[in-house]
Amino acid sequence: MNYQQTEIPDYNFAYLDEQTKRMIRRALLKAVAIPGYQVPFAGREMPMPYGWGTGGVQVTAAVIGPEDTLKVIDQGSDDTTNAVSIRKFFARTAGVETTEKTADADIIQTRHRIPEHPLREDQILVYQVPIPEPLRFLEPRETETRKMHALEEYGLMHVKLYEDIARHGHIATTYAYPALINDRYMMDPSPIPKFDNPKMDMMPALQLFGAGREKRIYALPPYTKVKSLDFEDHPFVIQSWEDVCGLCGAKDTFLDEVILDDQGNRMFVCSDSDHCNERQAKGHRGPQNRDDSLTEEVAL
Amino acid sequence: MSRDSNILLSIRDLTMMYGSRIGCQDVCFDLWPGEVLGIVGESGSGKSTLLNCISAQLEPSEGQVSYNTRIEGMKEVYQMSEPERRLLMRTDWAFVHQSPRDGLRMNVSAGANVGERLMAIGNRHYGDIRQSAENWLGKVEIESDRLDDLPSTFSGGMQQRLQIARNLVTGPRLVFMDEPTGGLDVSVQAKLLDLLRSLVRDLGLSVIIVTHDLAVARLLSNRLMVMQRGRIVEQGLTDQVLDDPQHAYTQLLVSSILQT
Repeated sequence: MNYQQTEIPDYNFAYLDEQTKRMIRRALLKAVAIPGYQVPFAGREMPMPYGWGTGGVQVTAAVIGPEDTLKVIDQGSDDTTNAVSIRKFFARTAGVETTEKTADADIIQTRHRIPEHPLREDQILVYQVPIPEPLRFLEPRETETRKMHALEEYGLMHVKLYEDIARHGHIATTYAYPALINDRYMMDPSPIPKFDNPKMDMMPALQLFGAGREKRIYALPPYTKVKSLDFEDHPFVIQSWEDVCGLCGAKDTFLDEVILDDQGNRMFVCSDSDHCNERQAKGHRGPQNRDDSLTEEVAL
Repeated sequence: MSRDSNILLSIRDLTMMYGSRIGCQDVCFDLWPGEVLGIVGESGSGKSTLLNCISAQLEPSEGQVSYNTRIEGMKEVYQMSEPERRLLMRTDWAFVHQSPRDGLRMNVSAGANVGERLMAIGNRHYGDIRQSAENWLGKVEIESDRLDDLPSTFSGGMQQRLQIARNLVTGPRLVFMDEPTGGLDVSVQAKLLDLLRSLVRDLGLSVIIVTHDLAVARLLSNRLMVMQRGRIVEQGLTDQVLDDPQHAYTQLLVSSILQT
């Protein structure tokens, strides 16, 4: 469907007025020019509550075009409430094509995950960010954190990691894992699992981050260095699982634990539903998905 | 070598005005390495204003604060670039607040508190940081099994000692203290003073200590300055000032101590 075919459009294309989009694009340009730097922008009220991705929605609205195809994911899945409502929002206000296939999308708005499928140079990944300031919980004063960014005083971030090791014996931060961008700015990569941090490093796609409540935009241009923080004697490691995906048998994806009953039965499934479906379509099968005995050996 | 080239900190004509009110006025003094300088006076006399001006936390209206940096020699503190000044403040200088809550991070463990300065100057080895945190807790007489406890579970005296450890871990040369024993009971005060005295001696620290407690001043400081209404009214060796006060205000101050 093309938006021009709608007889009387109910909204301006992609909901925001053109001046607002222009303002956001200017902030985006600045953000791309200084990777990892938080650019303030005049965030608008959106027809959804804060915490539902108002920042991401504004960024997406500013970069989307009528010919683009949009994919929206929430916790890696295309069919959760948040993803469905944002996808519908753009289908209605911009009339754009939507898809659940990572490879077919031009713009992917995401919350909590980076798709397992490697992204390309012509794709844009838009993150919804709840708290853009990585230093916030250690230093609540905004004036002070800005100064720390300006002067590159990031020792405090390691205090948090130190505290993790002292309490848990290992770096227990598993999501929103702080990373140093292009050897300069400290960035909170939004609440994606640290499993996804290495994917950000040198990613061919453009990555944009929008925080609606805090009215900040930041960005990673394609092929930007992203280094997750660590200690020399406690290097950065991503999560790993002993199980494989129960549906597609994947061993190298981020797995969600699903409780099956109150008898202690559970299974692990890929959090990226599109990736999992794609693998199943190719004939991969996991241990809980063997009822048809067609190709079960492919899985292992 | 001339005497002047050894000066660690030099204050000239320092004046701080709050609008038309005087914070402190025309303060001049020098501090030599290893010297403990006490600043006494009643509350409102400008002691804390002076300390904040000297320690680069409050830019004075007039006057110079020069510090003998390790690499470049004498440099005016307020002429330095901000990164340079902040680096100085967290490496070569230390500031012990009256309330440990101002000087500590209450929501991270004692070890992290001590390690923070080390991480701030680029130490990235967990084992090393933890080791030196443990050593420093030992030096301020906190048992090493409290290393992973939050400062909020510590007693007031322990918090104050933790604050001192946290400040001294980077081996500063100059320590500012604002009423370090305020709010502690007498026996804990005595213990803390003992500790401070031995640390100052062992590490060869230079200290500027602000206090209204003349007993603290007598015990710790080599030299004493007495302030009244923002001005220094008398200065000299501690024993000299306290035993033979010349200025009327100093005489009043000394005579107001309860004699036992």
